[in-house]
Amino acid sequence: MLEAGKDMLETEKCVVKAITGDQAAAEAMRQINPDVVAAYPITPQTEIVMTYSQFVANGLVDTEFIPVESEHSAMSACVGAAAAGARTMTATSANGLALMWEIVYIAASTRLPIVMPLVNRALSAPINIHCDHSDSMGARDSGWIQMYCENAQEVYESIIMAVRIAEHPDVLLPVMVCQDGFITSHAVEGVRIFEDRIVKDFIGSYKALFPLLDVEKPVTYGPLDLQDYYFEHKRQQSEAIKNAIRVIPEIAAEFEKISNKNYGFIEEYQMEDAEIAILALNSTCGTTKAVVDKLRGNGVKAGLLKLRFFRPFPAEKIISSLSKMKAVAILDRSESFSNCGGPVFNEVRSAFYESENTPLITNYIYGLGGRDINTFQIESVYNNLLEIVKQNKVKNLVNYLGVRG
Amino acid sequence: MDEKGWKEIPIGGLITEAGNAEKYDTGSWRSFKPVMDKDKCINCLFCWIYCPDSSILVSEGKVSGIDYKHCKGCGICAKVCPKKCIEMVKE
Repeated sequence: MLEAGKDMLETEKCVVKAITGDQAAAEAMRQINPDVVAAYPITPQTEIVMTYSQFVANGLVDTEFIPVESEHSAMSACVGAAAAGARTMTATSANGLALMWEIVYIAASTRLPIVMPLVNRALSAPINIHCDHSDSMGARDSGWIQMYCENAQEVYESIIMAVRIAEHPDVLLPVMVCQDGFITSHAVEGVRIFEDRIVKDFIGSYKALFPLLDVEKPVTYGPLDLQDYYFEHKRQQSEAIKNAIRVIPEIAAEFEKISNKNYGFIEEYQMEDAEIAILALNSTCGTTKAVVDKLRGNGVKAGLLKLRFFRPFPAEKIISSLSKMKAVAILDRSESFSNCGGPVFNEVRSAFYESENTPLITNYIYGLGGRDINTFQIESVYNNLLEIVKQNKVKNLVNYLGVRG
Repeated sequence: MDEKGWKEIPIGGLITEAGNAEKYDTGSWRSFKPVMDKDKCINCLFCWIYCPDSSILVSEGKVSGIDYKHCKGCGICAKVCPKKCIEMVKE
């Protein structure tokens, strides 16, 4: 109960709406009210731009909405708008991201703080519309910051945070906010939505450093950059992503003041005294938490490390969390076809190379093309970890979970 | 032009100063150099119009010389000159 005369916490002024992950993304965008949204529909992201275009049609936002003819054009229009000085957003999935590819790199390299909800979907072929992370993992080296969300609530809140991270003067990089196609994007959940003014105050107004439309201070965007300066510009990008390691916790701390939630690079679930752990991204973390609860009931010291950011890669956080474990399974919802395991596994394992305490680490590739991952399968991973601890040896470095033999 | 370090240049490959291409010594790209015989020149200014790098210098309506700091040696001036008074000489 609130004491008389005491202000309500901002979190208590939220309303809970029954919406999907896609609608949660659109709701965040409505409150952000970007100057420009250029987008093209693609399953399972379509509902984001569809919902948003209705907000535009109903006059709920001031956005210049550009319904382009392809994703290549969507990201191109975003680059133009962001260069002009507009707060700019788009959204996409899978093949849409693939079609944007050229401009995805240009957005990051030109240091344009575009925010893009990405609804994870398997890349073709064979054609598939369901969830895996092959789309965003392919873009891991594009220079974008990548956030991964367990549920619709995180999607909503991460997009709001993403605006601040992207536009921070020491960062100025685009951010993609990932959620699992259909599993999160089309499932209805109760999502706590802030009052509009709270989001407006949190994100503040955007003032571009070098707006193309400022005729008093003319600038050139995208000139030729050869052997003499290209490398220096790439070095600047490395510094920006390094700065993000410092800036993200600062923005998370500010966000905590309005949300009571601390969104760091990682979320630890029952890791305090854990001996075996799974590291996963997105909705699988929710399923894994249920398994951890069950195993804890049986006296198994199981834990979960949820990775919320893959770019920048929070190596130190991961090491400090996992180095206390005896055995760890890294879950990859994409295959990198290196014959050495998935992308998350490779970076986590590499991060441990110089660590004094390294757990036994194994990799599971799972859920490709939307293949369900259930609690029994995750329990089998923990059982395998117990076996690895017992044998003190990883028998199979790379495992395929849920594929028929 | 001195080459600057990554901390000294604008981010994102931006050029934040109007007209600073003038500072760029594109003349160093040249392998053939236009040499003009002013005795044959009729000051028709064809070379001045066609030069893609504004490297034909004009003073009081007459061709006064060539800006070798920016001339890339493309040879267009020599090609369009109706009096053939520009010769491309190997650098």
